Amino acid sequence: MAGAAALWAAYRLRWRRRYLLARSFARCTRLVPRSDRTGGIAAGAILAFAVTRNELARLPGFLAHHRALGVEHFLIVDNASDDGGAAFLADQSDVSLWTTADTYRGARFGVDWLTCLLARYGHGHWCLTLDADERLVYAHHTCRDLRALTDWLDLTGRPAMGALMLDLYPRGSVNAPMQGADPLDHLIWFDAGNYVMTRHPDRRDLRIQGGPRARAFFADTPRRAPTLSKVPLVRWNRRYAYIASTHALLPSRLNQAYAVDGGEAPTGVLLHSKFSPDIGDRSVEELTRRQMRTGADLYDDYYHALRDGPTLWCRASTRYEGWQQLEALGLLSRGGWE
Amino acid sequence: MTLGFVMLVHTAFDRAEQVARYFASHGCPVAIHVDGKVPPRRFRAFRDRFRTEPRIVFASRTRVEWGTWSIVQATQAASERLVEGFPDLRHVFLASGSCLPLRPVGELVAYLDANPETDFIESVTTDHVTWTIDGLEEERFTLRFPFSWRRQRRMFNACVKLQRRLGLTRRIPDGIVPHLGSQWWCLTRRTLHSILNAPDRKATDAYFAGVWIPDESYFQSLARRYSTTIESRSLTLSKFDIHGKPHVFYDDHLPLLQRSDCFVARKVWPRADALYRTFLDDNRPVAKRTEPNPGRIDRVFSKANERRASGRAGLYSQARFPLAPHGSVLTCARYNVFCGLDDLYEEFDGWLDRHLGGSVHGHLYAPERAEFADGARIAAGCLSDSATLRDYRPTQFLTNLLWSTRGQRQSFFFGPRDNQEVAGLLVHDPNATLVVVSGAWAVPMFLSGQPIEEIKVEVARLQRIELDFLRTFRNPGVAARIHHWPLADFVAQPVEKLQNVVDEINGAGPRRLTDLPQMRDLRGFTDFLQRLRNGGVQPKVIGDVALFPDFADAGRKAP
Repeated sequence: MAGAAALWAAYRLRWRRRYLLARSFARCTRLVPRSDRTGGIAAGAILAFAVTRNELARLPGFLAHHRALGVEHFLIVDNASDDGGAAFLADQSDVSLWTTADTYRGARFGVDWLTCLLARYGHGHWCLTLDADERLVYAHHTCRDLRALTDWLDLTGRPAMGALMLDLYPRGSVNAPMQGADPLDHLIWFDAGNYVMTRHPDRRDLRIQGGPRARAFFADTPRRAPTLSKVPLVRWNRRYAYIASTHALLPSRLNQAYAVDGGEAPTGVLLHSKFSPDIGDRSVEELTRRQMRTGADLYDDYYHALRDGPTLWCRASTRYEGWQQLEALGLLSRGGWE
Repeated sequence: MTLGFVMLVHTAFDRAEQVARYFASHGCPVAIHVDGKVPPRRFRAFRDRFRTEPRIVFASRTRVEWGTWSIVQATQAASERLVEGFPDLRHVFLASGSCLPLRPVGELVAYLDANPETDFIESVTTDHVTWTIDGLEEERFTLRFPFSWRRQRRMFNACVKLQRRLGLTRRIPDGIVPHLGSQWWCLTRRTLHSILNAPDRKATDAYFAGVWIPDESYFQSLARRYSTTIESRSLTLSKFDIHGKPHVFYDDHLPLLQRSDCFVARKVWPRADALYRTFLDDNRPVAKRTEPNPGRIDRVFSKANERRASGRAGLYSQARFPLAPHGSVLTCARYNVFCGLDDLYEEFDGWLDRHLGGSVHGHLYAPERAEFADGARIAAGCLSDSATLRDYRPTQFLTNLLWSTRGQRQSFFFGPRDNQEVAGLLVHDPNATLVVVSGAWAVPMFLSGQPIEEIKVEVARLQRIELDFLRTFRNPGVAARIHHWPLADFVAQPVEKLQNVVDEINGAGPRRLTDLPQMRDLRGFTDFLQRLRNGGVQPKVIGDVALFPDFADAGRKAP
């Protein structure tokens, strides 16, 4: 039986979830539909949700990868792109696009916008919530699509699947010109075994940190290193709410997508192409935005370092070969899905 | 027309239709039971598709719930419908809508022709069952189960517990010997007829209606009563995961399924187009057929189940985060930790490297940085030597290092100057071998020649830390192999002790140690200890000073 403290924590989390939903719905009106094709969403369709900002170069690859996995409709919020990304998305027949001029940070890094879209369109569907620089891979993804995966998750009674965000980087400086057209032809290296994790006792989410960013930029302040664990694939209910990005959500039982009894649960990996050559420009932009708003802050060093085009590659880096390799390294698991 | 099929359908109607038509077109009648939960309009639309197909008939519908009597009722109804409608059948095969024949149905008919009197039904006594979940084997037959296992799990468990405590049991009717087995069978018409028309069927059914998961025991027990020849195996290949859910077959299983030579497989993903296309095409090239041979598939799926259930020891990831790691294996491979020997011997790491191989690191938990072997700044898996990164999650630093170097023996040094947070892991981990010469950290201090007044605070601090470490050796749950000698005991007879350690790590062999490491010059060490005492620091971890060889007389000890 749960102790009083656990009950109290559960009660507080319930109110927190209600608060998150309320503030998201309050911001719903700030989303302007640009091309609303949601009428064409079939019952049981697998949906993808994303917020984009100036990511035109990544969008074709992002859409193609997840289309091939069986995402039937993309619901995307464009946050004031000025690179033509919005126009590109509006032309896609399987994309519904909203735009907003609100600040990303003011909307909890876009989570408020996604939460209201998820509640309105995602209820009852399997929903994949991603960033445009992430691509989901999982065991057998090369021959079994998301429909196969989610059917099996349904069969085995799993409401969500977790994934590790795996930072990919190039052989040389992260600013060096890209080799090949697709970011993932260029970013083919990763850190295989320096991830550390803790479990939040009440929310039950696993917080994983590590990888090249922790090693190169946060060696002196590891606590501040970015969180790499996510729960991107969920059979959505309109009462659910992501807490911060897609690292954790409420109700908390959904966060426990990992096995705690020594076994292995099914998990995926989000191949993260943040370290494309435009990272320098993005960091400069981010620095300017931050300084306008809050002045110098704790992450300035990080963006300064990124602006200068560091090399993340080292002799111990691993070259990406596919999901079987990730499974052998323990970064993803089939979790009994043979 | 000697073989007929009973087919239980609740979803994926297109696939069920495809398979049913395949059977019917090969002369095998099919009686379909559609779950009562399917809306009437949907059911009628499905039934009407077969209006022109006389070999496909429908049974009256029952609402089927997993694990309950309703599924047996559905099977009975469809079986009766089949046996009445097609009196010249010899075998009846129970299938589901997600079953797929892996061999042309003609081969199955020929196989049954060769075994005309045989009932193929897995049927084993409860003592021999190892595959049930929740451990309810015998008790399925003797307890009552008023609550649903799926929907009312807590009540279900409480009810079982209560009956166990009160010793309540049901009587098993005479003439029934409980047997369990796969739900999917192929019975002779005669056996099936005897079961369905038994004079005491009403009483039997009433009893089994209260048994838990009767679809795994009703026909399996009653076949024993009426059959003349039982082959206790199912002709349907079906694999189950650790929670009793069926494994699903996908297009990429095609080669595996082809090689199995089984007749029917369950369950097949409805969208596995290639499987349906391949296996329902009787004109495909015929391989050389043998007896059904599911061994290879068994191995593949057993491995997946084991990975699901037990995981990979020593892996911590988004998939595996054991909550109660103590009492289990904490790391993925054996490793060795040496405390104090590097202080006592010159170039002990080089000596270890020659005798143990693998990677011999320095002090991985040194305050300045992690001293990886060969002075590397970054180790396998991109593990950084940064002390702050390491000390953020000190135990996961070690589990990560061991995970990334699987297959290579890892050894490192540890001492009271190092971050002690990892000590708990070391002593509780069955993979660890700890070789501890306590008090050896005093040797470099002695050799430094610094005045006692300058070092005594540091001596006291290190001694306190080491005492805390040594105390954990007596904790409950210590699982590491620990070799601990106070410095004085070790120095008195070092060769034999080193030999034991090397033998334990390498496995005992006939080889005796010939090249021994060079012990540092301990002349005057006893005097140093006395000066420490005089300075107010009582050495507690060095052992009985009287055991020290008289270095002053013997000169430099060559052990």
